[in-house]
Amino acid sequence: MITSAILARLDLRGRLFLGAILAALILVPVLNLVVPAGSPLHVPTWLVSLLGKYLCYAILALALDLVWGYCGILSLGHGAFFALGGYAMGMYLMRQIGTRGVYGHPVLPDFMVFLNWKELPWFWYGFDMFPFALLMVFLAPGILAFVFGWFAFRSRVTGVYLSIITQALTYALMLAFFRNDMGFGGNNGLTDFKDIVGFPVQAQGTRVALFALTLIALAGSYILARAIVTSKAGKVLVAIRDAESRTRFLGFRVERYKLFVFTLSAMMAGLAGALYVPQVGIINPSEFAPGNSIEVVIWVAVGGRGTLVGAAIGAVLVNFAKTTFTTGALAPYWLFALGALFVLTTLYMPKGVIGTYAEWREKRRERASLAAHAASKPAE
Amino acid sequence: MRIICLPLIALRRLASCLLFGLVLILSAQTQGALAGPLDEAAALFAKDSFTDTARAIELLADSGAEHAGPAIEALNDRRLFVAADQSVYFRDPTGAFIALATGQKLPAEPAGGTGVRVNNRIRGAINTALGTLTLQSPDPAKRRAAAEAVFKSRSPDSETALQAAMQNEKIAAIREIQQTALAAIIATSPNRSDIDRLAAIEVLKERGDREALTPLNQIPDSASANVKDAAKAAAQTINNRLATWSAVQNAWYGVSLGSVLLLAAIGLAITFGVMGIINMAHGEMVMIGAYATFIIQEIIRQNAPGLFEYSLAIAIPAAFIIAGLIGIAMERLVIRHLYGRPLETLLATWGISLILMQAIRTLFGPTNREVGAPAFMSGSFRIGLIDITYGRVWIVGFALVVFFAVLALLRFTPLGLQMRAVTQNRRMAASMGIRTARVDALTFGLGSGIAGLAGVALSQIDNVSPNLGQSYIIDSFMVVVFGGVGNLWGTLVAALSLGIANKFLEPFAGAVLGKIALLVFIILFIQKRPRGLFALKGRAVEQ
Repeated sequence: MITSAILARLDLRGRLFLGAILAALILVPVLNLVVPAGSPLHVPTWLVSLLGKYLCYAILALALDLVWGYCGILSLGHGAFFALGGYAMGMYLMRQIGTRGVYGHPVLPDFMVFLNWKELPWFWYGFDMFPFALLMVFLAPGILAFVFGWFAFRSRVTGVYLSIITQALTYALMLAFFRNDMGFGGNNGLTDFKDIVGFPVQAQGTRVALFALTLIALAGSYILARAIVTSKAGKVLVAIRDAESRTRFLGFRVERYKLFVFTLSAMMAGLAGALYVPQVGIINPSEFAPGNSIEVVIWVAVGGRGTLVGAAIGAVLVNFAKTTFTTGALAPYWLFALGALFVLTTLYMPKGVIGTYAEWREKRRERASLAAHAASKPAE
Repeated sequence: MRIICLPLIALRRLASCLLFGLVLILSAQTQGALAGPLDEAAALFAKDSFTDTARAIELLADSGAEHAGPAIEALNDRRLFVAADQSVYFRDPTGAFIALATGQKLPAEPAGGTGVRVNNRIRGAINTALGTLTLQSPDPAKRRAAAEAVFKSRSPDSETALQAAMQNEKIAAIREIQQTALAAIIATSPNRSDIDRLAAIEVLKERGDREALTPLNQIPDSASANVKDAAKAAAQTINNRLATWSAVQNAWYGVSLGSVLLLAAIGLAITFGVMGIINMAHGEMVMIGAYATFIIQEIIRQNAPGLFEYSLAIAIPAAFIIAGLIGIAMERLVIRHLYGRPLETLLATWGISLILMQAIRTLFGPTNREVGAPAFMSGSFRIGLIDITYGRVWIVGFALVVFFAVLALLRFTPLGLQMRAVTQNRRMAASMGIRTARVDALTFGLGSGIAGLAGVALSQIDNVSPNLGQSYIIDSFMVVVFGGVGNLWGTLVAALSLGIANKFLEPFAGAVLGKIALLVFIILFIQKRPRGLFALKGRAVEQ
């Protein structure tokens, strides 16, 4: 019944997207675990993790598309929410190391022993429990987004001003997390993870399971986002995007809608970060770098702003290109390509891959129907 | 200036030659008459017991012999030997062997030489003796250093030598140091009269820097309560003075940082103010300005090294033109198509910034490039207790000149008039026959060119690397947003107040926390005044 309710909300594009996710959910684990390593169809484990990383980025892009594509809030600080979720997960993973660290301290992570700390800072309490860590994955970015949005939207900070202060936010957080005194591992961040809920992080099975979980999270995020944008509230969001003052004059409490969607989007980004950390094996303050957050925007722009599916596809496409470029002889040219992508997308493809394709198909259908119309006319 | 100096220098040289000759004659006489102390010292050294060695050092220092200094230094480095026949000699830094008793060069090293032993007590004696010897050195720099050394050591043994040196001192500045050194000795050594001590404390208070605090805190317990109170009061005065000067220093550093921020932000304020677009490639324009300076200096180094002093003067127009042209090209090729879509412009200019950064990295490599400072910008001068480098003064001056030039350009030129018209009401301006597209291109070129000028200044104080611009872009955004768009005075006030606030926060919170605090402050400030300190008022502001 729920399935049919979900499917009713989806258009063809959404069904295709969920279908693709389902196919990947079955195919990739089978090709990795069942097909023998020698076979050309075998998917090696490193590739599974790499794909998992792309999918985490896809969730992040989806989260940004929800606020930017549908509500017109260009956040240049979504990387901060992603990183906060990642740090929450990283703290759990650090606590799981236990006595297996270099210094073998039962409670303190290695970097704290190294800094000569005697006891665990209060904000590390509870992170040895997975449910608590999971809660913080959502709460940490959620609360930050709520407080930040509460102030920003209430005082009607919009447009580029909002973009700039979100950028300042992530920049300030980056500076803060680089400090050793903050208690998050400073420059080196958190790494050297061993277990996640009892399974070794490096094991093949765990990696495949994490990949599958990321796919499920992507599907869930998509369905949730889709449900929001097709609801009545979603219509209000689009109205805010297109004419904020007018929507306010019509009696809608604009800041509440914005705050809701911004906080939700931040939590989604936090989830993406939490899934990212065990698959990549490290989280450090450079995730907060303003450049990272801007890169997320280009994923959304390339895929197609305000399409949800496009954002996810854009994230995978751009990151696939990045991997291809930066691992080969073309590495020095990656920034040229990325820069050109920014310029060309905004100039020539403002609707992104999905939007441009849809437009092109629309035009073709129109032309076809016109032609059919013209052809049928003389017969009349 | 130089021409007038020449005869003077010649005269001085002549005088010093004469003086040197006189000294030679005198020392020859004293040597003849007073050969005693040197022989006695040699005999004492030959015994090689620490007490005798210490006495020998004193004799040597008081002898006034020309080789006394080198001999004591030789002892310090274990180059003073006693030969088998009990004669004493040392090896000078050139490797020659010199007899202690006569000061004459020996033809060969005497047989059976053993080094004279040195312990910590002897080292102390050596230092005092060397201090005494150099106190009267003919070289003023050495005399000054010696007096400073006595001031730091406050060793009562130097008192006589110090007083002797003061009698002969001609240079007032050095005599002042000697006086404070003497005062430090009197203040800290036991058994002095209250009058002497109070006078000494007064002298120390007059000096009034951090070093003067140490002797004031070391008044011996035997001193009277009166003296102790005076010392405490003097220390308090000095502490107050230090606090004032450290505030002055912070303010100066703040003004200096603020002027750098101002330079980086003026261009942004213009493009944002007039065209309403955020230029994320602004930092790269700064970087290009810095690289233009580097290129100009390279060309000058290879072709006309004599022009090096003028390299920055040449670089200023060059950087302005190069960055300005790149800016105009950017506007014509990309930004023009994105008017009315500020967020898209932001993305496109970010892309351009990546391309420019990588292009510079490909052309010049990722490492820092060396940009030299002309002579008139190096060095520093002292005001009160703080050192001010000329480079910083030039940058503050340059920032102000650029600021007022831009202000004048906006106010008094036709282009400025058109720019202001377009800022206030674009469509009305277009109706009046202003070619807004051309104004846009020129405005963007101007903003970028000013960023290039900022690059010239920054090349003097920061590393010239492809990442130069990245480190300034967020700061300059903060300045523009804080000051308010479309108002250059707002930018000036914002840049200076952020710079000064940053430097005053640093001592309490550390550089990073201070910066975070300012970012948080600006984020909160924007909530209160979303359009900055000095917002444009009127209908044009909405959307």
